[in-house]
Amino acid sequence: MASQPAFAPWTDPQAKPLIRFEAVSKRFGDFTAVDRVSLSIHKGEIFSLLGASGCGKTTLLRMLAGFETPSEGRIFIDGIDITNVPPYERPVNMMFQSYALFPHMTVEGNIAFGLKQDRLPKDVIAERTRAVLDLVQMGKFANRKPHQLSGGQRQRVALARALAKEPKVLLLDEPLGALDKKLREATQLELVNIQDRVGVTFVMVTHDQEEAMTMSSRIGVMNAGGIQQVGTPIDIYEYPESRFVADFIGAANMFEARVAGDRDGRLVVHCPELAHDLTIDHAAPLAAGTPVTVMVRPEKVAITRDMPAEGLNWAEGVVSDIAYLGDVSIFHVRLASGHKIEALQTNRRHTDEQKLTWDDKVYLGWHPANALVLTK
Amino acid sequence: MILRGLLILAYAFLYIPIAVMIVFSFNASKLVTVWGGFSTKWYGELLHDEKVLDAAWLSLKVALASATLATVLGTLAAVVLVRFTRFFGRTLFTGMVTAPLVMPEVITGLSLLLLFVAMEAAFGWPAGRSVTTIVLAHATFSLAFVTVVVRSRLATMDRSLEEAAMDLGARPLKVFLTITLPLIAPSLLAGWLLAFTLSIDDVVISAFVSGPGATPLPIVIFSKVRLGVSPEINALATIVVAVVAVAMVVAGRVALRKDEARTG
Ligand SMILES: Nc1ncnc2c1ncn2[C@@H]1O[C@H](COP(=O)(O)OP(=O)(O)OP(=O)(O)O)[C@@H](O)[C@H]1O
Ligand SMILES: [Mg+2]
Repeated sequence: MASQPAFAPWTDPQAKPLIRFEAVSKRFGDFTAVDRVSLSIHKGEIFSLLGASGCGKTTLLRMLAGFETPSEGRIFIDGIDITNVPPYERPVNMMFQSYALFPHMTVEGNIAFGLKQDRLPKDVIAERTRAVLDLVQMGKFANRKPHQLSGGQRQRVALARALAKEPKVLLLDEPLGALDKKLREATQLELVNIQDRVGVTFVMVTHDQEEAMTMSSRIGVMNAGGIQQVGTPIDIYEYPESRFVADFIGAANMFEARVAGDRDGRLVVHCPELAHDLTIDHAAPLAAGTPVTVMVRPEKVAITRDMPAEGLNWAEGVVSDIAYLGDVSIFHVRLASGHKIEALQTNRRHTDEQKLTWDDKVYLGWHPANALVLTK
Repeated sequence: MILRGLLILAYAFLYIPIAVMIVFSFNASKLVTVWGGFSTKWYGELLHDEKVLDAAWLSLKVALASATLATVLGTLAAVVLVRFTRFFGRTLFTGMVTAPLVMPEVITGLSLLLLFVAMEAAFGWPAGRSVTTIVLAHATFSLAFVTVVVRSRLATMDRSLEEAAMDLGARPLKVFLTITLPLIAPSLLAGWLLAFTLSIDDVVISAFVSGPGATPLPIVIFSKVRLGVSPEINALATIVVAVVAVAMVVAGRVALRKDEARTG
C-alpha cells in the first residue's frame, strides 16, 4: 500500500480537471447565493462542499446539475462549456436529498427510467438495472414501490438510480441526511467503496464535518456564497488558511496576538491573554507588530500537573469544566487573565489515580509546530 | 351523544327530501302526495317519452364533452400558473382564473350568450344555439373549478420529482406525461367529475345558451315541473340520482387506489 502513489491529481499542474467553475455567481433578486466561485474538480475525486446552512452549497450543486443557471461565470465539464446545456443533456446525475423516487413506479421502474430515456434495447436496460440493484444490494426489492421501503433502502435505490446511467459526475445533496448515526457511518464507507468500484466522480454537499472528513478526497469550505478554502481533509483541519475555516472545522483555541519578533527561525508572538510569549513555526516571516490570530487544536494541548518541559509553549490555570465524552474528556482551563483554553485527553485507562478534577491547578503545554498563525 | 344526534339531523336534512322523492317515484297513484301502492309504471312511461329521452341523451353528451374539455384546459391553466412562476401578469391571471367561481351564473350565462351572438354575426360560427354552444358555455364555467382542484394538487407535489426525471434525461414534455400527469391524475379525475356534475344539473347557463333544437334534461324537468310535479318526474330524478351516485362511488374507489399507491 505504501508504495502506491497517493491519489492527488490536483497537485499536478498538467492534469486537466473534469469540472471547472469559472467565477460563477448566482443571484436571486438582489440576494447573492453564490459569489464568484472558481473551482476545479478532478476525475475520480470525492469532492465535498461543506458549510453552514444557507451558505449556497445546494445552489452550487444545482447549477452543476442544470436546474439553476448562473447569473455570471461559466461551468465546464471535460472542457466543454455546459453553462447553458439543459439538465437532460448533461453527463451528470443527481441523488436528491429527499431521494425523489417516483412513487408510482417500482424500484425497477425507477432505475430503468433513465435508461429508457436513452432508448436502449430492452435487454440492456434489464441487465443494467439488475447490475446496479445488485451493486447496492437491493436485488430482492426490485418489484416494491418506494413507500414499501425503509429510509435506508430508499437511499440505496436513489443511489442506484443515479448510478444507472453511468454519469461522468454524480451529485449528492446531503446523501445520508435522513439516516441515523450508526447506519450513516456504515453507509459512508459503503459509498466510498462503491465510488472506488465504479470510478465515478462524486460531488457531495454536506454540513456534517465528520462525513466530509471520512469520505472526501478534498473539501471546499463555503461561507456566505464564497469558497473559503479548498483542500484535503488534513489540509483543512491542520492548516486552515483563515480564522473562519479554523473556527468552522473542529474545535479550536484562538488567541488574538501581535508579532513580537523571531527567534531561532521561529516566530515569537505576544498575546495579552497569556503570561508568556509564544514561539510558533511559521514559514513566512512577518513584520513585528503585525496583528495575528494563533490557533491551537484542543488535542494538541497537553494537560499536566507538572510544569511542561523546556521549549514548549505553556500556560497555567485551573480546571473550570470537564466534559466527559466516553472515549475522550475535554478540559476547560481558565487562565489568570480569564481566557479559557480547551484541552482534550484520551481516556486510556479505566481508573486513573491522579484523576484531574474541578479547580485543580494545571499546566497546559503545546509544541511550537502544533500552533498556527492566521493572518486572514 | 349530542354530536351523533346532530350528525344524524344533518344527514336527515340532506337526504330525507331525496328519499321522499325516490319513494314517491314508485307510487302507483297519479297524485304525487298520496300513496297509492307500489308500482314501477312511471319508469315504463319514461321510456316512452321521446322528449325526456332525447334531453337525457343530450345532457349526457354535453356533460361528457364539456367536462373533458374543461379538464384539458383547466389542467393546462393550472400547470402554467404553478410551474411557470415568472411571467408577466401572473398575479392577474391567478385572480382571473378563479373569478368565475364567484360570478353569478346569470351574468356568466348572459355574457356567453352575447359573445355567441356576436361571434355568429362576425364569422357565422357557432350557428344558432345548439349542442356546441352549451358545451362551450359549460366548459367555460367549469374550467375554473378544474383549475382550482388541479392547482392545489400541483402546488403540493414535490418539485424534485420532476427535476429528478429531467436529470435522468427526460425532456419537459416527457416529464409531464410520465411523472407529473400520473401523480396528479386523482385531481384530474376529481376535477372532471366536478365539471360533469356541474354540467349535468345546470339550468341557469343552459337557459341562456340552449336553443329549441337542443334542450338539456334539467331544463326539460324544470318546464315540466312548472306544469305540476308528476310521479314521472320523480322517476326521472331517481334515475339521475342513481347514475350520479354510482359514478361517485366508482370515482372515489379509483381516486383512493391511486392515493394509496402514491403515499402508502
Ligand atoms: N429559488 C430561490 N429563490 C430565492 N432565494 C433562494 C432560492 N434558492 C436558494 N435561495 C437562497 O440562497 C441561499 C443559499 O441556499 P442553498 O439552498 O444553496 O443553501 P445550502 O447551503 O444548501 O443550505 P442548507 O445546508 O440549509 O441546505 C439561501 O439563503 C436561500 O434562501
Ligand atoms: Mg442544501
